[in-house]
Amino acid sequence: MSTVTSKLTEKTAAELIQIQAKGEANAETITKAFLETIKAKDPKVKSFLLVNEEAALTTARLIDSKRSKGEKLGPLAGVPIAVKDNICTKGTPTTCGSKMLEHFIPPYDAHVTEKLHHADAVILGKTNLDEFAMGSSTENSAYQTTRNPWNLDCIPGGSSGGSAAAVAACEAPISLGSDTGGSIRQPASLCGIVGLKPTYGRVSRYGLVAYASSLDQIGTFSHDVTDTALLLNVIAGKDNRDSTCTSTEVPDYTANLELPIKPFTIGVAREYFAGGLDAEVEKSVREALNVLKSKGATIKEISLPHSTYAVATYYLVATAEASSNLARYDGVHYGHRSKDHKNLIDMYCKSRGEGFGAEVKRRILLGNYSLSSGYIDAYYLKALKVRRLIRDDFDKAFADCDVIAGPTAPTCAFRIGEKSSDPLSMYLSDIYTISCNLAGIPGISIPCGFNSKNLPIGLQLLGAPFSEEKLLHIARTYEKETSWHLKRAQIP
Amino acid sequence: MAITADQIKWIAHLSRLELKPDELIAASTQLSSILNYINQLQEVNTDHVEPLAHALDVCNVFRDDVLKESLNVNEALANAPDRQGNFYGVPAILE
Repeated sequence: MSTVTSKLTEKTAAELIQIQAKGEANAETITKAFLETIKAKDPKVKSFLLVNEEAALTTARLIDSKRSKGEKLGPLAGVPIAVKDNICTKGTPTTCGSKMLEHFIPPYDAHVTEKLHHADAVILGKTNLDEFAMGSSTENSAYQTTRNPWNLDCIPGGSSGGSAAAVAACEAPISLGSDTGGSIRQPASLCGIVGLKPTYGRVSRYGLVAYASSLDQIGTFSHDVTDTALLLNVIAGKDNRDSTCTSTEVPDYTANLELPIKPFTIGVAREYFAGGLDAEVEKSVREALNVLKSKGATIKEISLPHSTYAVATYYLVATAEASSNLARYDGVHYGHRSKDHKNLIDMYCKSRGEGFGAEVKRRILLGNYSLSSGYIDAYYLKALKVRRLIRDDFDKAFADCDVIAGPTAPTCAFRIGEKSSDPLSMYLSDIYTISCNLAGIPGISIPCGFNSKNLPIGLQLLGAPFSEEKLLHIARTYEKETSWHLKRAQIP
Repeated sequence: MAITADQIKWIAHLSRLELKPDELIAASTQLSSILNYINQLQEVNTDHVEPLAHALDVCNVFRDDVLKESLNVNEALANAPDRQGNFYGVPAILE
């Protein structure tokens, strides 16, 4: 790989837009550089389940020809992007990392996929994930285990591990993921990049394969906050095909980023610095708070008393919704059908038994158990009540604070296989990210340091509903004072 | 709280999920430990708390009742494991 192309792949989306505007490189050259990098690095990193080389190059050439004719171009013109493989792409397989959907080719595009096409982005391919987005390490994929670009023996986090690793490995400048309990923010933290989960209802879920519908939200990965804003500008906004997608006005999220910030208040929840938090992670996060303090932030200690119940609440709400969402995989309409069956019910049971992996089965069983007669009051309804208490905690906190800051994950990336035999310890790696989905609020993870083993650490900022503009402004204010976001993983 | 292999078998049947014998044993140990953890919710006082199913205050979003283009038959059936003419093929329902 030449130095010129490797330099191109280390650029941000905003820089790639500039480079094209100045005529230093066109979309085809840029796309080729990323495709070359994927060829060189992905056999090791394993971010992608599918690379659509031909389609990417065709799109890139079309954009170049539009540019040469002086036609109007979209806001992401010629910027390559990777898409998590639970987001539908018309005519291109969408597997959800599951054998169940091994041969599934969506007949339509997700809303966000359409938006990317209209923005003239270049879709490079589909990225690996924990099966049906259920997991925190990407080890639950039926196809491959994605590696952390900072240490190939470690997990990238999950479930959007492929999309996070692709950006961290410079195989794509930006990518899309989905976040149900931390599936964007936790891998962003573990891979040393920026990951945003927007407010529930900010981005249409049309064409996102459903896991837990009241928690799922599509969001972004990028090297820095400016690219997050650029990509959010493209995907946010009303879509009638998702009735939970609101018509709340979409501002230009890039507009304020470089402006000086007015004094603001950061809430620091004591529950987020309790037992189980790695000392090196805590140190970096505390240093980040000091940086924000130097930029005019008032630090206020707060309490989110019900946050300790978030993981328990989540695993009832999410699995209850999953058990009903995944009932659609019946071996009839699409997806795997068992070849060997005695009757209709047997066909359902065998198709699902063969098509789903261990974690998906576990969550369907837990969900149906908590919804079953005799247990629904003690489990599912109880969880919905605690969910309200968790949201009330946030409402109270945001009455006094602009954002809540803390660690994104309790530890840095762990080793492959370390937690895969103990589901509960895996669930606890989402302890700081999960309550955000239950409350429906936005959250961002930004790089804030490295541990002694050179593994990245993330700072999480949570905001009130639809406060993405403020959240990004504060994140950018921190980022400008630091250089963590400029580091790129070197893959041996 | 322990969940027995028989209970798992029943839930698996309700879930239309065939489990192999080793999956059944693993599920009963793992779900018991997860349920034990989840039981901490019982310590929370939720008297007079309304359940929250959804974070947004939206309900009954309606659209105008107008015809719109949708998938044609070929597109809708393209992923069917067993297509029979313009229908989905299924094993016999009445025996």
